[in-house]
Amino acid sequence: MSFPRRAVLRDSLSVAIPVGTYGAAFGAAAVAGGFTVLQACALSLLLFSGASQFAVVGVMAGGGTALSAIATGALLGIRNGLYGMRMAPLLRLTGIKRLLGAQITIDESTGVALSQENRGEGAMRYGFFATGIGVFVFWNLFTLIGALSANAIGNPSSWGLDAAVPAAFLGLVWPRLSGARERMAALLAITLSLALTPVVGAGLPIIATVLIALGLGWRSK
Amino acid sequence: MNELWIATLGASALCFLLKFLGYTLPESILNSPRLQRVNLLIPIVLLSALVATQTLTKESSVVVDHRLAGVAVAAVALKMRVSFPLMMLAAALTSAAVYNFL
Repeated sequence: MSFPRRAVLRDSLSVAIPVGTYGAAFGAAAVAGGFTVLQACALSLLLFSGASQFAVVGVMAGGGTALSAIATGALLGIRNGLYGMRMAPLLRLTGIKRLLGAQITIDESTGVALSQENRGEGAMRYGFFATGIGVFVFWNLFTLIGALSANAIGNPSSWGLDAAVPAAFLGLVWPRLSGARERMAALLAITLSLALTPVVGAGLPIIATVLIALGLGWRSK
Repeated sequence: MNELWIATLGASALCFLLKFLGYTLPESILNSPRLQRVNLLIPIVLLSALVATQTLTKESSVVVDHRLAGVAVAAVALKMRVSFPLMMLAAALTSAAVYNFL
């Protein structure tokens, strides 16, 4: 099956490059939150899922335990598993290729793959790998750059880094707030997490909001 | 091994497992509309809670400081469909200005 390789590659890179450069914000946030440059890079290489990475850093920087950081990161990582279920019949990967393919199964690679549906399965597979590998390369490169520069600048507040992290979360949640149910979930989550902050240990107010997702999602209306 | 390494490696391992699991489980699980709805809402509630706590809390109390100014500007930038890096830059510059000069 033939498909316009250049066009698919262009679509892939137009996602991979801007998303990848955003790795600099993660690297800087991680170091500002007390992680070492090596730990920041380890998260980008091994975890490789932006929202989960920011969550791990956010929970630890807020004084949470490793357990609540891991739980929050993993809850945000569930959707990658669901992407995998969607991609598996298309990619049909085995052995080492399945391990590598799984690692680059994220929002962007899945999103580009699905967007190529009208160009055929070959284009979808190509888009998945071009985007996944592209994001992986740029994301890790820019994580290192961001981490090294944050290490050099000192107090994160005087550079606005402590506001850049919640701004990043806001940017990640913004496009998901399309319907009334979604906006209600966001509003309830903000309220619950702030209400619980003085009462329970750091990290738990965030995890507790999963109850809102269960409560609102369980019913069809 | 310190807490930060435990968080780094523990979250990495679990998140990889979740990705890999997707390739081994049958796609039919996805057909449950209930699971789909909950799964759609989970990132929303967690990310919203992270926005709130990262903006408005310090240790275990709710505080209003320079960060709120930065995040408010980020919201305006998002509303205006500004690109992601530019939105973050605007938030950081605003917050830094309030922190340093007010």
